[in-house]
Amino acid sequence: MKNRTFFWFILPSLITMLLFIALPIVSVFVQSLYVEHKAVLIEVENCGPFGCTQEVQVDVAETAKLKEARPLGQFNGFGTYTNRNHLAFAEIGEAWQSSTGVRDLLSKALNLPFYRALAFTLTYTFVVTPLVLVLGFFIALGVNSLPKRIKGPTIFVSLLPMIVTPLIGSLILFWMIDAQGVLGATLQQIFDDPSLSLKASPKLTWIMLMVYGVWHSAPFAFIVFYAGLQTVPADTLEAAMIDGASRWERTRYVVLPHLMPLTVFIALIQLMDNFRVFEPIVGFSAQASATSLSWIIFNDLAGSEGQFFGSAGATSVLTIIGISILLIPVLIRTWRDFNRKVV
Amino acid sequence: MSDIAHRRSPALNAVIWGFVAIWIIAAGFPFLWTLWGSFKVQGDFFSKADWTNAVTGVRTQLETGGAFTGKGYFGAWITNEFWVAALNTGIVVVSVVVISLTLGTLGGYALARSGKKYAFYLLMLALVFRAMPHITLVSGYLLPFFEWNLWGHLPTAIIVMVAINQPFTLWMLHSFFLNIPKDLDESAMVDGCTRFQAFRHVIVPVMWPGVVTTGLFSFLLAYNDFTVTATLLSQANQTMVPKIASFLGTTQTEGNVMFAVAAVVSATAPLFVLVLFFQRQIVSGLTAGAVKG
Repeated sequence: MKNRTFFWFILPSLITMLLFIALPIVSVFVQSLYVEHKAVLIEVENCGPFGCTQEVQVDVAETAKLKEARPLGQFNGFGTYTNRNHLAFAEIGEAWQSSTGVRDLLSKALNLPFYRALAFTLTYTFVVTPLVLVLGFFIALGVNSLPKRIKGPTIFVSLLPMIVTPLIGSLILFWMIDAQGVLGATLQQIFDDPSLSLKASPKLTWIMLMVYGVWHSAPFAFIVFYAGLQTVPADTLEAAMIDGASRWERTRYVVLPHLMPLTVFIALIQLMDNFRVFEPIVGFSAQASATSLSWIIFNDLAGSEGQFFGSAGATSVLTIIGISILLIPVLIRTWRDFNRKVV
Repeated sequence: MSDIAHRRSPALNAVIWGFVAIWIIAAGFPFLWTLWGSFKVQGDFFSKADWTNAVTGVRTQLETGGAFTGKGYFGAWITNEFWVAALNTGIVVVSVVVISLTLGTLGGYALARSGKKYAFYLLMLALVFRAMPHITLVSGYLLPFFEWNLWGHLPTAIIVMVAINQPFTLWMLHSFFLNIPKDLDESAMVDGCTRFQAFRHVIVPVMWPGVVTTGLFSFLLAYNDFTVTATLLSQANQTMVPKIASFLGTTQTEGNVMFAVAAVVSATAPLFVLVLFFQRQIVSGLTAGAVKG
């Protein structure tokens, strides 16, 4: 295709991506260097029946004018990155000095909002991803050995958790396992422990969020593995059978190696998607026990205390750095694939 | 050949059936339960005393006189104007699908036919864009959108979602176009068509299966989105998903949780229908990217 033609074909798509994906990344970085204006204070003399007092007040008009003139706020450099709500250099340094051991240091770090969110995000990503792979693989094996007639309906039901809106899916699960929901209330009765509730226990909340994550993503792994199972070479399987390989050995030494490239594909997609975990935290109203990086950005933007663009920007930049690190293996792999295809 | 060789032991069969049955229950039961519960009153669906209340509907009988009640639906759709949100979702979803497919087919076609190095770099760039958490992008939009008075309107959310959707659409359509033989459009060009004419008259008629599959995923992205719609739309223009979230935030009074339950069921129904009719396309779409590596 001629370069000119290519250019015109790709142009509309490219413009939208540059305007609404590339530019915002730049804009987020710029924002993160600024911080909200401080309110303009004025001293007012307040004279009443008991004499005059000096009082400091916020000059609303002046503050609004300042905001109007420079909506970004005032320049702060990398100050936002290092403050308590983000990388918290001072607090971490102090904890490093004073803490008695690794455990103590960790618990101090986990009291800081950014590290708390990072800890949950990473735990979620690296727990859910392998579980999704394993569960998806076994569902695929199971469904593959069902009689043909019930495969279709089985796949239909299996797709539902993945297709449903994440917020809605998490709400549906939450309503069941909440202290008053069908599972939650029954569990309380079985263990005879009225304090056993999702809201009261951070540990339980973490587990349930991850259960939701596996529930939501397992169908994706299942479908991909299931498609892969249809292409397992029959000859190789038969040869293995003639050599006396048991069912398990055939699965282990023929099927699994055949599915390996798919496993890598699913793992990479899952890493990307799980790293942005957000909706389940809203759905489970779990912010007291678990926050993710995406959630703290959202909270800065739409929280009840107002909007903090600088803070949201800084967390966003840190998140983008995090996702880039996760992405490097994907890029290397695609790069290699492409070069192999060309050769 | 080998029915005997493939025959499984009864024990293994039992394990397989048991496992699949557990998974099916885990995947399907929550939806059934919520659908059932949406026709009950809060005291039954969230019954602390006894879960069988939700099945028999004791409180529902007491409060409304029947075993089922449509109060949740009435409250959500009429009183709380969920229909406005549903309408907004309709507008947003249709626009996003149409626009992103239009841009995506042009771009995907070009990427599939180019064969130049820069086409590959563009695909890699799209992959990086695909990985960006949506909320990080949103935090970049908000301030400029406020400044330019673009915030809160449906078209803004639509164009943003089209853009966020583009990387995925490009990748998917690119791999579909790779499957359409090059000779097809090239022979048209030998006959004197320009590139665009060849695309219009030769490729467009045969591209629909791929476009439908890609369209389904664009639909899902737009329909399921919470991040963009919750942050970029004003109260009046809210779509269904943020509206459901707002039910939870504001409604503390007895019975109002049921509005959210009814709304959740209402919003899930179209997805059910979608899977029912397009199961094959969804499955093929999920595997298209994977099997080709």
